[in-house]
Amino acid sequence: MNGASIVQKHQNLEPVHLGQKDIPLVELPIGTIKPQFKISNLKVSYGAKEVLHGVDLDVFANVVTALIGPSGCGKSTFLRSLNRMTEVVRGTQVEGEILLDNENVFRMDVVKLRRRVGMVFQRPNPFPKSIFDNVAYGLRINGHHDSLSEAVEHSLRRAALWDEVKGQLHKSAYALSGGQQQRLCIARALAVNPEVLLLDEPCSALDPITTAKIEELLFQLKSSCTIVIVTHNMQQAARASDFTAFLLDGQLVEYQSTRKLFTTPSDPRTEAYITGRFG
Amino acid sequence: MLERVNATGLTPSFRPLRIYWERLRRGDEIAHVLTLIFASTVIGVTALLVYQLWIQSALSRQKFGWAFFATRVWDPVGGQFGALPFLYGTVVTSAIALLLAVPLGLGTAIFLSEFSAKRISDALAFLVDLLAAVPSVIYGLLGIFVLAPLLRVWVEPVLRSQFGFLPFFRGPAYGVGFLAAGLTLAIMVVPFIVSVSREVLISVPREQREAALALGATRWETISRAVVPFAKTGILGSVFLALARALGETMAVTMVIGNDPKISASLFAPGYSIAAVIANEFTEATGSLYLSALIELGLVLFLLTFVLNGLARLLVLATAQRGGLLE
Ligand SMILES: Nc1ncnc2c1ncn2[C@@H]1O[C@H](COP(=O)(O)OP(=O)(O)OP(=O)(O)O)[C@@H](O)[C@H]1O
Ligand SMILES: [Mg+2]
Repeated sequence: MNGASIVQKHQNLEPVHLGQKDIPLVELPIGTIKPQFKISNLKVSYGAKEVLHGVDLDVFANVVTALIGPSGCGKSTFLRSLNRMTEVVRGTQVEGEILLDNENVFRMDVVKLRRRVGMVFQRPNPFPKSIFDNVAYGLRINGHHDSLSEAVEHSLRRAALWDEVKGQLHKSAYALSGGQQQRLCIARALAVNPEVLLLDEPCSALDPITTAKIEELLFQLKSSCTIVIVTHNMQQAARASDFTAFLLDGQLVEYQSTRKLFTTPSDPRTEAYITGRFG
Repeated sequence: MLERVNATGLTPSFRPLRIYWERLRRGDEIAHVLTLIFASTVIGVTALLVYQLWIQSALSRQKFGWAFFATRVWDPVGGQFGALPFLYGTVVTSAIALLLAVPLGLGTAIFLSEFSAKRISDALAFLVDLLAAVPSVIYGLLGIFVLAPLLRVWVEPVLRSQFGFLPFFRGPAYGVGFLAAGLTLAIMVVPFIVSVSREVLISVPREQREAALALGATRWETISRAVVPFAKTGILGSVFLALARALGETMAVTMVIGNDPKISASLFAPGYSIAAVIANEFTEATGSLYLSALIELGLVLFLLTFVLNGLARLLVLATAQRGGLLE
């Protein structure tokens, strides 16, 4: 699918329903949603192997955008380009343009960019420190040393973990269960108040109850930040996101409001994928 | 256990033997017994060593008792033996060695694992491993012919004029002495610290680095506050290894420490170490008390190594607890 028709798709977007399940739907005309990220012609290669072949996509502010697609199609790569984590891997080349609030991310100070665009990884990766120190990590390297406890509590509450860990904040993060560790990583990312939160399959190792908690969390978070989530779980994308982008072999196939993509996909490949006929 | 019994489908009375036979055939039991034998050998040799040191030093222990540790005199002719100067020399030279080698080694390891290109890192690591394999007598030669003159002519006079207010840097510059021995030991143990720490740092999972970077940590913040803390235990392991080597090093120390059983605050002064005195005087030890005193020194060195390693391990436990690694 070429760039022109994707732009067309954007214009075709129907009024968006910002809401889910039995929560009252809010109808918003397309004009009131502003793009936070504008990505054009993004190409990423590892060495000689190009894995994203020119992706154009706008990520809208204060909504949840889901990235779906078969394994190896480049979802993680796409996500990691947004906060330039691609640069951590040697031999990676990134081409194209990514604007964050109309500012070119490749000309920004990478440290500042990553403070604005937080990330939660597929596998929970807490530091071998106490729960408190994990959440406070980002604050400390940002030079905040006062009222850390309030900030830590606030972040843990936002990540729906506070009730489970209060009173044992000095305990090792490694003593937590996988789901708790993942929420700890979310709290750690939230502590620095990012404008955008990137989540790479945050629920892949979690049970349904914890998954539901995290989805609930996403819903609450989007009033204060923009969320991009990679998921292999179609139900999750359908439940928890407002927009969905379908990637296939490094190409953007379809980008729609979630409701439309899952009910009336306009590309036969999308339909094949969401109905489980390939991938 | 139960499943296995059911699987073999044997009558109850035959179970234990048949199960044993079954396991033996699978190699389980052989591996178990063999490794058990090897493990007991290690313990056995250590026990034998301590036992021999203990009984062969009986004469000296009975004559001097605990005073052996507090006596400064080492007089083979007069039959007076005390371990203090040697203990002092061993501890001081090892301390100098670690003080110099730990920052140098850790810095090098961080450079090799985090900053340098992989090709350079691998090449240098190979070189460092080679250095670790160089026989200590070669380092001794380096100490005698290069370090000692350098210290006598340049380093010690400068230290004295700049830091002479400290008791460590006073007195005549001999060249050979505590400082020369400590420096030689430092050069010898740096490769251990570099080699082990580099490996440990390289094996810190990428997720840990990415976690810090994604929070907006700079490269240095990532290294100093995520990578190194994660590798802390392994790095300390390399320091223990270095300490053990420094405490027991014989040849190189003998060549540069001056071999004079004296206790001086000045690091420029000559001294003696436990390992060095045993090596030097063992062959000429006439009389059973003399020999017994030397063997007791061996026992002391063993205990010293034991105690210092134990203390170091306690330190690790304490820091691990503070870092929240343990419950
Ligand atoms: N560090 C790397 N070096 C080389 N190739 C890589 C690297 N990381 C990813 N790739 C390749 O890039 C392609 C896209 O990878 P990516 O991780 O973005 O896929 P993904 O859509 O996230 O897959 P999954 O759903 O399995 O996580 C894959 O073919 C992968 O083999
Ligand atoms: Mg992925």
